[in-house]
Amino acid sequence: MAETMQLEIFRYHPEKDSEPTFQIFEVPFREDWVVLDAINHIKDEIDGTLSYRWSCQMGVCGSCGIMINNVPKLSCAAFLKDYYPDKISIEPLTGFPVERDLIFEMDDFMTKLTEIQPYIIRKEGEEKPLDEGEYLQSPAELAHFKQYSMCINCMLCYAACPVYALDSSFVGPAAIALGQRYNMDTRDQGRDARQELIASNEGIWECTFVGECSAVCPKDVDPAAAIQRAKISSTVDWFKDVLIPWGKK
Amino acid sequence: MSTYHRIVPNTWWLQRRPYILFMIRELTSVFVAGYCIFLLVLVYKLTQGADVYGNFMAAMKSPISVVLHLITLVFVLYHTITWFNLTPKILVVYRGEERIPQGLVAGTFYVGWLVISAIVAWLVLGV
Repeated sequence: MAETMQLEIFRYHPEKDSEPTFQIFEVPFREDWVVLDAINHIKDEIDGTLSYRWSCQMGVCGSCGIMINNVPKLSCAAFLKDYYPDKISIEPLTGFPVERDLIFEMDDFMTKLTEIQPYIIRKEGEEKPLDEGEYLQSPAELAHFKQYSMCINCMLCYAACPVYALDSSFVGPAAIALGQRYNMDTRDQGRDARQELIASNEGIWECTFVGECSAVCPKDVDPAAAIQRAKISSTVDWFKDVLIPWGKK
Repeated sequence: MSTYHRIVPNTWWLQRRPYILFMIRELTSVFVAGYCIFLLVLVYKLTQGADVYGNFMAAMKSPISVVLHLITLVFVLYHTITWFNLTPKILVVYRGEERIPQGLVAGTFYVGWLVISAIVAWLVLGV
């Protein structure tokens, strides 16, 4: 008899349910299957109403983040064999409102991502004309922020962050890490524009350095480090303002 | 469309080991702050003369005081070690394109700790 595994999946239908329920599905166990394969099997063979997000199946798009046994993971990168033979619990990423089954509302994250201005900003009048070529950067300068640029916006870090779960006004790990990524980019001049949000009460100072955002990050971005480094920079700013107020532009 | 908002229970920090360890780290800061206050009181007693200071030190030798000191020592050690281990995340040092190993950054703090502890031990014990 073929080996099987049980998946206990969070179900919520907004038009039928007032509360979510959990439904257990029996799926074939295969050594080379990831959790996403098992969920796809349920969708194709058992219950076509199951709703969830996925796309690339190779840990690049960041669409398939779910809670697996209460830990945020990309379902395309979590192998069944790492849980076999135990039952696996599957829920939508915590901290976000649930739209249906494993699909959660990501509007809040998208708004914060926009507000942090994660792109190169040049001061007015300092944009080089196109015919002068690109802004050059040394490999050493790139190395300083490259890690923070690997973010795929999968939101696992938000699901791992108890601060965000308790208070969603927190700008959050990925958005701040991306802000820090551009602040550290030698081609960028937009730090002052981002600082208003990054150094606000809802920004870096909400972070209590739990560190789980970095632990669950599938791309080793280390947003916890980015936030702590932004705290140092903001503290230096504050001392500069206090000690040499005339140096403020 | 109506969305479902999950409520975070007050026991969220008990749900996963990393959260428990984080809460212990936060809790230990109370003991660090408490011992700082104790040291200030100790200095104050010293300014009150030899008798007052002597009586205070005698009281500190009671079994309850010794047990409290040992508990505080454990928590302060936990606090110090967990924070030293986190320092490489904050102090990111590069030499050209190469990042200085995280162990070296944290190790510097441990060495500094040992050196300062040795100096304090030398001063107190007069060895």
